[in-house]
Amino acid sequence: MSSIQTYTQATPEAGLKRALGMSRPDIIHEMNESGLKGRGGAGFPVGGKWNFAASAKSEKKYIICNADEGEPGTFKDRVVLQEHADLVFEGMTIAAKAVGSREGILFLRGEYTDLREHLEDTLQRRREQKLLGDNIQGSGVDFDIRVFIGAGAYICGEETALIECLEGNRGEPRNRPPYPVNTGFNGHPSVVNNVESLASAACIMGRGADWWKTMGTAKSTGMKLFSISGDCARPGVYEFDLGVTVADILKEVGGEGAKAVQVGGASGRCIPPSEYARSIAYEDIPTGGGSLIVFGQQRDMLDVLENFMDFFGDESCGQCTPCRVGNLKLLEGVKLLRAGKCSMSYLKELCALGETMQIASKCGLGQSSPNAFLSVVAHFRDEIMGRTYSQA
Amino acid sequence: MLMTAHERLAGEIRDLVQKLGRNRSSLVPILQEVQKQHHRIGTYAMQVIADELGIHPVEVQSVVSFYAFLDGKPQGKFVIRLCRTISCDMNGKKRVARQLENDLGITFGETTKDRHFTLEWTNCMGLCDQGPAMLVNDRLYTKVTPEKVHEILEECRRTFGVHATERKEAHLA
Ligand SMILES: Cc1cc2nc3c(=O)[nH]c(=O)nc-3n(C[C@H](O)[C@H](O)[C@H](O)COP(=O)(O)O)c2cc1C
Ligand code: SF4
Repeated sequence: MSSIQTYTQATPEAGLKRALGMSRPDIIHEMNESGLKGRGGAGFPVGGKWNFAASAKSEKKYIICNADEGEPGTFKDRVVLQEHADLVFEGMTIAAKAVGSREGILFLRGEYTDLREHLEDTLQRRREQKLLGDNIQGSGVDFDIRVFIGAGAYICGEETALIECLEGNRGEPRNRPPYPVNTGFNGHPSVVNNVESLASAACIMGRGADWWKTMGTAKSTGMKLFSISGDCARPGVYEFDLGVTVADILKEVGGEGAKAVQVGGASGRCIPPSEYARSIAYEDIPTGGGSLIVFGQQRDMLDVLENFMDFFGDESCGQCTPCRVGNLKLLEGVKLLRAGKCSMSYLKELCALGETMQIASKCGLGQSSPNAFLSVVAHFRDEIMGRTYSQA
Repeated sequence: MLMTAHERLAGEIRDLVQKLGRNRSSLVPILQEVQKQHHRIGTYAMQVIADELGIHPVEVQSVVSFYAFLDGKPQGKFVIRLCRTISCDMNGKKRVARQLENDLGITFGETTKDRHFTLEWTNCMGLCDQGPAMLVNDRLYTKVTPEKVHEILEECRRTFGVHATERKEAHLA
C-alpha cells in the first residue's frame, strides 16, 4: 500500500479524460485556480508555466518531467515513480494537451536506473491502452513519452542544465531569461515540471481545483509530499497539507526532542527548536523539495555542515566564481571552526561571503548553498565557536 | 579476416549511432552505452564518436569529464558507489566504508588490480530512509552493514563465472 493517500485515491485517468474534453485555456484556467505551485523547489505556479508554453509559437514543444531528484534528503519522487508512475504520465499528457506538445521526455537520474524497466513497461502499457500515442482516446491529441537517463550530476536537476544534458552538453546552467518555456530543448518551448507537480496536476484535473483548495493554506494550496529521514523513529515519505508545523511533523514521524531540523535539503535551512511552531508553506518556511532531515541531540552541527559543504563543492559546475570558490571557502571555514581556529571577524567575513554568493551566483545551486551555513551560524553560534578552547 | 579490437569497437559505435540517432542529443546515451559495455570511454572511442557525430573530440572529452557516471579511466566491472550524504552518514556509512576498503584492499577512488571492482563515493541516492545505501552498477543495496559487505562482494564475484570472457575486452576500449 502506498503511503500517499491522495494519489492512491485518485480515479485512474479521470483527470486525463476530463482534460481531453476541455479547451486548452480551460485546462490552464483550472490549474491556475488550484494555485498549485511547482514541487521541485522553486515554487513557480504550474498553470502559469503551462500558459507561457501554450502561448509560445513553435512547431515543436516539449513536456519534460524532471526526475533528477538529487537534493540531499529527498526521495519522494523515487516513491512516486515506483508506486504512481501512471499518475505522472497522466499529468504529462494533460500538460501536453494544454500546451500543444507531441513529445514528452522523462529525465531520470542515473542513480534511479533501477526504475527504468518499470517505467518503460508502464509507458508500453499506456500505449496499448491508447493513453499515449496517436489520437489518444479518440481525442485527436498525439503524444508520446521517452525516458532519458542522466549521467550522475546533481546540477542537472536545474532545468536549464537538464536541457543542456539532453542536448548532449556538459550540464552547465544557462542564463535565464530566456526561460525554457520559450527557449527550451533544442530551442523549442519546453515545460519542465517536477514529478510530484505532474502527479498532483493529474489529481487536480480529476477532482477539480476546489477540492485541491480544501487542503493547505490560502497562499499554499493543497498537500505536499515530504521525504523524512535522520534521527526519527519512522522515516519515510509522508503527505501533509501545506501549512503544517515542524512540530506536527516531528510528532508524526517520532522525532520529538530533535536538536534541529534541516528543511529543504542541503540547499534549505536549518531550523532550531525555538522555531518548531512555524509552518512549512510558501509564506513561512519554504518547502524546497519537501525534505526534512532530523538531527538528534547527539549530533554535531559542524559535522552536518561539513557534509553539506563537501557536497556543494563537489557538485558546483564551476562556471561562476562565487559558487566555485565560495563553497570551498565555506568548507575551509567549517574545518577551521572544527579545529577551534576561527576568529569571530573571520566568521563574519564568511557570512558576508555567503550573502554575496546568494546574490551573485548564476544559478540556484550557488544561490542557495550558503543557506545551511548561514542558518547554523545564526542559530548554533554557541555550539560552533571556540571549540578546542572551551574543551581544553 | 581478423578484426582488431579498434575496428570492432568502431563498428560497435557505428551501430550505436545508427540505433540512437546521428545527432548531438544522442551523445550522452551513446556514451552511456559505451561505458556500460567497456567500463570506460577511451580516447579512441571518443575519436570515433566525434567523427560519427561531426563534432570535435574535445567536445566529447569535455562531456565525459563532466559526468560522474562517465569515465575516461578504466573502471572495474562492478562499480560500487556508497552514499556519503548526511542521512546515510548518520546511519553508519563510515563503518561500511572501512569494511569495503578492507575487503577490497583499495581506497575510495581506486580500482582493484584485476579490474573487478571500483570503489567510489556518491552523493544522495534518494534512499535516505533506508541508509546506509549503496549502488553496485545499477543495483541498489539498502541498510548495508559491515557484515553484509562480504556477502555483497561474493555475490558480484559469483557472476564472473558466467561472464568470464567479457572482461578481457574491457581495457581495450
Ligand atoms: C541546483 C538545482 C537542483 C535542482 N534539482 C531539481 C530536481 O532534482 N528536481 C526538480 O524537480 N527540480 C529541481 N530543481 C528545480 C528546477 O530547476 C525547476 O525549477 C523545476 O524542475 C521546475 O518544476 P516545478 O515547477 O514543477 O517544480 C533544481 C534547481 C536547482 C537550482
Ligand atoms: S551557481 Fe554554481 S552550479 Fe550554478 S552556474 Fe554557478 S558554478 Fe555552476
